[in-house]
Amino acid sequence: MRLARYLGYRLLLAVPVILGIIVLNFFLIHAAPGDAASVLAGESGAATPEYMALLRHKFGLDQPLSTQFAVYLLNMAHLDLGYSFRNDSPVLELILDRLGPTLLLMLTAFVVAVLLGSLLGVLAASGRNGWRDNLISLASLVAYATPGFWLGLMMIVVFAINLAWLPTSGLDTVGADNEGWDEVIDIARHLVMPATALSLFYLALYARVMRASMLEQTGMDYVTTARAKGQTERRIIFGHVLRNALLTVVTMAGVQAGNLIGGSIVVETVFGWPGIGTLAFNALQSRDLNLLLGIFFVSACLVVVVNLIVDLVYVTLDPRIEI
Amino acid sequence: MDGTLMPQADIAPLVEIEDLTVRFTSREATVSAVNGVSFSVKPGEVLCILGESGSGKSVTLRAMMRLLPEKRTTITGRITIAGQDVLGLNARDLRALRGGLVSMIFQEPMTALDPVYTVGEQIIETLRKHRNMSREGARARALDLFELVKIPSPERRLDSYPHELSGGLRQRAMIAMALSCGPRLLLADEPTTALDATVQIQVLILLRRLQRELGMGTIFVTHDLGVASEIADRIAVMYAGRIVEEGPVADILANPRHPYTQGLMASTVHGQHRDADIQAIPGSPPDLRRMPAGCSFGPRCPTSQPRCREAFPPISHPSADRMVRCFREGEEAKASF
Repeated sequence: MRLARYLGYRLLLAVPVILGIIVLNFFLIHAAPGDAASVLAGESGAATPEYMALLRHKFGLDQPLSTQFAVYLLNMAHLDLGYSFRNDSPVLELILDRLGPTLLLMLTAFVVAVLLGSLLGVLAASGRNGWRDNLISLASLVAYATPGFWLGLMMIVVFAINLAWLPTSGLDTVGADNEGWDEVIDIARHLVMPATALSLFYLALYARVMRASMLEQTGMDYVTTARAKGQTERRIIFGHVLRNALLTVVTMAGVQAGNLIGGSIVVETVFGWPGIGTLAFNALQSRDLNLLLGIFFVSACLVVVVNLIVDLVYVTLDPRIEI
Repeated sequence: MDGTLMPQADIAPLVEIEDLTVRFTSREATVSAVNGVSFSVKPGEVLCILGESGSGKSVTLRAMMRLLPEKRTTITGRITIAGQDVLGLNARDLRALRGGLVSMIFQEPMTALDPVYTVGEQIIETLRKHRNMSREGARARALDLFELVKIPSPERRLDSYPHELSGGLRQRAMIAMALSCGPRLLLADEPTTALDATVQIQVLILLRRLQRELGMGTIFVTHDLGVASEIADRIAVMYAGRIVEEGPVADILANPRHPYTQGLMASTVHGQHRDADIQAIPGSPPDLRRMPAGCSFGPRCPTSQPRCREAFPPISHPSADRMVRCFREGEEAKASF
């Protein structure tokens, strides 16, 4: 009940945030030089000023900025994200098409980073200063000093080209027409490398944060209390210390959720993953403003939702937080 | 070295500590926190270990449950609780002892309870561990315990998180947790120090009542002479990792023999004239990394003599149930013969 009220309150709070993002996006995009007409004209090789004017008129680009803004807001109110002239298709349709693969990639990377990172952190902390700890610390240092795109390229060279274990790019094997489990396995095989490239940095970060947090919590008085109650070391670590140490990782995970979308642009491009990242990259290249605005809007909504989820998780994990 | 007083032949002691030493080793230095402590506690008896910060009283208490970090700590001597050799126990038997036979109450109830579980869950955890109880049975028992320690609206408080309770209630919950499995020995590490003065008295009275009702042997560590006089049957005064004086509470308060105990009493507020200055013991306790040869209180002692710098004073018994470690004590005893 309390949680439901909190949820309602947070959703209400999200409205002005998203509104602000819409306004900001619009003016930022229009502050950039060039428009879709000039790109289209440039690509077709030659264009007369009359043709350019015709294009602009057709796209509504000849209207004053205030009018364009008003039209934009009105459309957004109907969840009409506009039309991508470049792709000759409604923006919403384009984005929804790509949303699935992106969410799949993001969620996989996120879950892998949080779970595996925390696990490695726990392992490192429980074998403090031993070989296990040193190995994990060294590996995570290397991992977060490595840029994701470079790692992606190297993985393609090693695992896809030299060893031929995994497919180089894409979401599934083109023309294979797999069904059922075959399709799931096919997609999973395609997912391995991009998800690794996207998650490795955060995985390493969580491992370090978790290690430090576990060691900090191990020195707390309640651990001595648990020991004085006769609890086993295993139960103390997994029942008490871990639960408290996780709070730090959850906080960081909230920050990562926002960054994932930005990171996925690079990784999706490297692996030819048909997600929002590649879509955004292409939209940027072709000055497809409507599409870009749509992507910004959708990703902003995603970040808001993910942050809300993280906060809810936090509230359930830490009873001290008042809601 | 034997600091134990002659136990009364009819009752076997619940706790016997013989020549306990505790050293902490780190890369930089070795700290001698406890240097040859011996005492015993009979069933149902309350022993107060009195001493200032760093005198080794808490370390002694923690050593009795082997709660000190094992890698960095060297414990020697003998600790026997209810016939069990604590230092020789394997991990499984040690876990059965902790919380079952012996339990501990800590100084700071805010940090000593896990913040992310309700106090009820933490008590139920202990009960299920030692008593193999069902969740419902353990909850019912936890409710009884909350009533025993006089927590108002116990049903609701069981489902409270530590941060939702006041300091006094938290400490009561902590006491309930310590008593949950019917321990024969209760170790209390300054359980009232972090509480308000009025709450302090309430918790003390509660502890004393419970201790009598349940007949637990209790070791109560405090730096507060007033608290010690409220609750103790016997007092052991600790200084720099050694017990310098021990005896029945009334005797010690009426007639302190060791200069340190005398100094402690002179520096305590107990109805002196309001204009009179309270005497402080000059100097500060010795550095436990480099213990001086001879009497560790020597450098601060008003009656120090050259021989006090040569050896630690031997044990003398001014009367059958008292023990003092001071050269002067022996002199007086001889002189009076």
